[in-house]
Amino acid sequence: MSTQGTRCEISLTVNGETRTVRAYPMERLLDVLRLHLGLTGAKEGCGEGECGSCSVMMDGTLVNSCLVPVLQAQGSKIVTIEGLAQGSQLSALQQAFLDCGGAQCGICTPGIIMAALHLLDHTPRPSDQQIKEGLAGNLCRCTGYAQICEAVAKAAVDESRE
Amino acid sequence: MTAHQQIVGMPVPRKEGRDKVTGRAQYIDDMTLPGMLHGATVRSSIPRGKIKSITFGPGVAWDEFTVVSAKDIPGKNWVALIADDQPCLADGVVNHPEEPILLLAHANRHVLRKAVESVAIEYDPLLPLFTIEESERQAEIIWGSDNTFKKYRVEKGDVDSVWSKADYIVEGEYTTGAQEQLYIENNGVIASFDPESGITVWGSLQCPYYVHKALMKLCGLAEDKVRVVQAETGGAFGGKEEYPSMIAGHAALLAMKSGKPVKIVYDRMEDMAATTKRHPSRTRHRTAVDRNGKLLGGEIEFVVDGGAYTTLSPVVLSRGTIHAGGPYYWPNLKISAKAVATNAPPHGAFRGFGAPQSLFALERHMDRIAATVGISPVEVRRRNFLKTGLTTATEQTIHEPIDLDQLLERGLALMDYRAKKERFRTENESATRKKGIGIATFLHGAGFTGSGERYLASVVGVQGLADGRVRVLVSSTEFGQGTKTVLCQIAAETLGIPFEGIEIAQADTNEVPNSGPTVASRTVMVVGKLVQSAARGIEQTLTAAGLLNEGYSRDEFCAACAKYVAERGEFKSWARYEAPPGIFWDDEKYRGEAYAAYGWAVYIAEVTVDLTTYGVTVDDFVALQEVGKVLHPVLARGQITGGVAQGIGFALYEKVIWQNGRMQNGQMTNYIMPTSADLPAIRVYFEELGNLHGAFGAKGIGELPMDGPAPAIVNAIQDALGVGFDSIPLLPEDIFEAVTKRSPGGGR
Amino acid sequence: MRSDPSDFELVAPGSLSAVVSLLAQRPGEFLPIAGGTDLMVQYASGKLAPRKLVSLWNLPELRRIEASDDAVLIGAGSTYTDLREHEVLAKEFPLLVSAARWTGGVANQNRGTLGGNIVNASPAADSLPALLVYEAELILVSARGERRVPYVNFHIGYKKTLLAADELIRAIRLQRSFAGYSSYSRKVGARNAQAIAKVCVAGLGKIVGGVLEDVRISAGSAAPTPLRLRRTESVVEGKAINAALVDQARKTAIGEITPIDDIRSTAAYRSAVVGNLVAEFLLGLNAQGNNA
Repeated sequence: MSTQGTRCEISLTVNGETRTVRAYPMERLLDVLRLHLGLTGAKEGCGEGECGSCSVMMDGTLVNSCLVPVLQAQGSKIVTIEGLAQGSQLSALQQAFLDCGGAQCGICTPGIIMAALHLLDHTPRPSDQQIKEGLAGNLCRCTGYAQICEAVAKAAVDESRE
Repeated sequence: MTAHQQIVGMPVPRKEGRDKVTGRAQYIDDMTLPGMLHGATVRSSIPRGKIKSITFGPGVAWDEFTVVSAKDIPGKNWVALIADDQPCLADGVVNHPEEPILLLAHANRHVLRKAVESVAIEYDPLLPLFTIEESERQAEIIWGSDNTFKKYRVEKGDVDSVWSKADYIVEGEYTTGAQEQLYIENNGVIASFDPESGITVWGSLQCPYYVHKALMKLCGLAEDKVRVVQAETGGAFGGKEEYPSMIAGHAALLAMKSGKPVKIVYDRMEDMAATTKRHPSRTRHRTAVDRNGKLLGGEIEFVVDGGAYTTLSPVVLSRGTIHAGGPYYWPNLKISAKAVATNAPPHGAFRGFGAPQSLFALERHMDRIAATVGISPVEVRRRNFLKTGLTTATEQTIHEPIDLDQLLERGLALMDYRAKKERFRTENESATRKKGIGIATFLHGAGFTGSGERYLASVVGVQGLADGRVRVLVSSTEFGQGTKTVLCQIAAETLGIPFEGIEIAQADTNEVPNSGPTVASRTVMVVGKLVQSAARGIEQTLTAAGLLNEGYSRDEFCAACAKYVAERGEFKSWARYEAPPGIFWDDEKYRGEAYAAYGWAVYIAEVTVDLTTYGVTVDDFVALQEVGKVLHPVLARGQITGGVAQGIGFALYEKVIWQNGRMQNGQMTNYIMPTSADLPAIRVYFEELGNLHGAFGAKGIGELPMDGPAPAIVNAIQDALGVGFDSIPLLPEDIFEAVTKRSPGGGR
Repeated sequence: MRSDPSDFELVAPGSLSAVVSLLAQRPGEFLPIAGGTDLMVQYASGKLAPRKLVSLWNLPELRRIEASDDAVLIGAGSTYTDLREHEVLAKEFPLLVSAARWTGGVANQNRGTLGGNIVNASPAADSLPALLVYEAELILVSARGERRVPYVNFHIGYKKTLLAADELIRAIRLQRSFAGYSSYSRKVGARNAQAIAKVCVAGLGKIVGGVLEDVRISAGSAAPTPLRLRRTESVVEGKAINAALVDQARKTAIGEITPIDDIRSTAAYRSAVVGNLVAEFLLGLNAQGNNA
């Protein structure tokens, strides 16, 4: 089987820092983040864009990084779970997840926090129904979603107070 | 020591929570070791047969690979568990699709995968069996002498005498399908080998000492030459109780042969197709009742499909058998149970472990009895509930003051049951969307059955550290339920020191004693109680050394501990399990005190059945349970909501589609678990009666929530439609078939 | 991950004209990939044979939505989120927007494109029944120029379309002539989100003077291609809706479709539910018409 691909230079901004990698254009953004950049917060749960545990923000919107060829992320702004806390100060969402029991085994947590971040960026005061819909692309097997939705609702309130 | 509880019962922060919400928690696939290879498995493509030939295809640089087959196994070629019948690698014969045959390792994952695809295996097929019925018919013997892994028989009273006295004899057959645990993190391990220190395995797993024992046998290594370390584990639910021994064995063999660390991580398709699932079941009830719906006696036949090898089937069967009579008083009862073999990948542990299967049947059957006799589902239960002083199916006397009648009343009130039932009855007449409510009342025994805990002989350690803090040493693992947090709460409360003053060691067999597997809802109850004892031992040591006086403050404790360590080095206190007095279990007659404690529950489901799509929505759910003591309100509630969600999946969504023994829908796209948009608000309520045998009065709750949702939902669907279903998962297609059979004219 | 990235090439020329030239100069060599929500799934499961691809992602000529007085021109590279957020679409083409809303989850809606959905040509695709009832027109582009194809003619068989090897969909044109129509759409999946349709039905209707003046009904996952239910439409067109007519429409719809048994559902269930959805649509129209 003849190799077709050639590695190329991909520059992207990740959590505020410019990063350049040499990668095959069809490497998945998920693998570039995890293997090239050492950002293992995004997880592979299914590899088919169903579970959302690979979710990151790309140019301000939520994407499943397992479905993004890294070439299409050329020049884009990526935010991962590692980019949310400011030093030791957790974001409102992260703190709310801790307070409300939103993380149990934790494997879906980075992705679902990113999904919640996307939701609150676009809908700062979501209804319960909007929260459920906003998170419907992220599967959690541990919680039954109850305490996750409560964490998002709490973060929405906490953020609106700031 | 403080007089009232300040830590137990409080929502203290999850010990490892911060790492989880910042993405810092390290799961297996986040870890690499220098020089690490990737490992992969070549698996059987047929359900049963003899291996005729193995060909390593062209176009692959095979000399770059490490290849392991059965003949490379230094010790015994089986996965040590209960029976020694499951090969670690197939040796000439395969008994299920996806059975592991060869192992390959290479530095490049992609090259590795192509190599796996280049191995061609030819077979001489043998006749496979795929269902309980086929296995029973024994047209082919695929295991042992009669395809039967295990049998149990429970006999109470004189069942033969009840039939002639019965006003009604009610029969029913109930089936449940396989269910995939669907932890969001697939199975994965990393193994490394060093001729001096032996094998080290890091894994996504529940039971480090199970893996330790299995590796000793497989690799022919002594106890101190095997080390197993649990990494952060992304969900387990039983799916990582016994299976990790298999994947760890594979990685260990590759590490030994290659001399390099080896990581094996499954992708979703492989994990779903090759690893364990909940045992499919078939339960047959034949029950004698009097005109008031009181149980006179009955026969229950409970059968589970164990797949191709024994694995844990005897224990799953045991729990399902003991729970088959539920929370009711049976004056006479005969339960005959068996686990049979089929040519599917072996089925294994999944939360509930046999009880969700037999309790589904029982709770459906109770509603059937009610309908036959002409009383309500509420009445039939009230008239038959166990009470203090009465005996269970295994003749265990209920000593605790459980009042199931009152529990049921409370549940009904929380659901506004009677008013809703009335309203639905009226509104359903002209509605396309029919509403119904269903009840399930049940119990779940915590800890290992009978003499199991005695056999486990769990040991727990608590260690005093140089900085005055204390470390808990257990092999109990965290995989979301809150093990680390709760065990630290218990230690802190016992010692009267802050929660922050306790840490818990990573579950590393080099560092922690064997406190038993993290299964059977035993961690808080059994291991927690040992943590209490071991913690008291620390206090006693410091007091005996003259460093601590009665009524000490937290600072005084810290100083005393630090001083002791400075003078005499780090010290540990141990506690070993002792069976509580008065717990007798007869393994032969299957009679006696099956469990040290039972949780009791009333679950009520409100559903809508939409006759346009035949789809079912759960609109409201009340989960009410008596659990001894709630040690952590947020964690406890999280266990229940998560378990109920899995139970809803078990009932309505999660169907494994089989073809020739292989799961066809092994992807998240077509194995359907509920999303946030599918679930109602699950309302959780607790009662606390305490428990003599559990830490601070707690009982196990991890598996309890799995038992109730499916029968409550299917009972609710019957209430809505007037049509009964006896098989789960129950899909809209099944409802469509049943509803249109009754009115062949149309869809509505 | 069951593909080797080194076996694939992906280029991103950055403009529509550059992509079109490439497709013309190297026919059949480059497979266009937009948001990747279909192709990357195939790729990861090892079902995409090693090959070259050309990226359409974020091409400004394709990712735009223009509303003029009489039509809306949706660039084929518009994502489902772009569709959901567009005011005119939300107001005048609610069936397309509701389809966008129930496609996957938010993350997939941010990447999946309407053009990709059409070209992938799955009969279960969420947006296609809406395009049928809105009588969309496709504007196809190649180095040879542009051509317009009524969307209803685009699918010529199971996963087969009229698209030539060197061609792309540039835009989807919707005529702004559906004010005053009542609209209906319902997707039936295995769960409420992130589900491939077992069936779906889209409908538009206009009741004037108590009679169904114009009606369009389409179904997805009910045939090898998304299907306009013309026979069912002709049964009810021009008539007053009553129970007998609805029943006749139901039976006709069931007779018009050819659903199959597959891993997701059964032919019998699909038939019955399509019938039920058609009936629900018509009864809903009737109720609205009576209330008007």
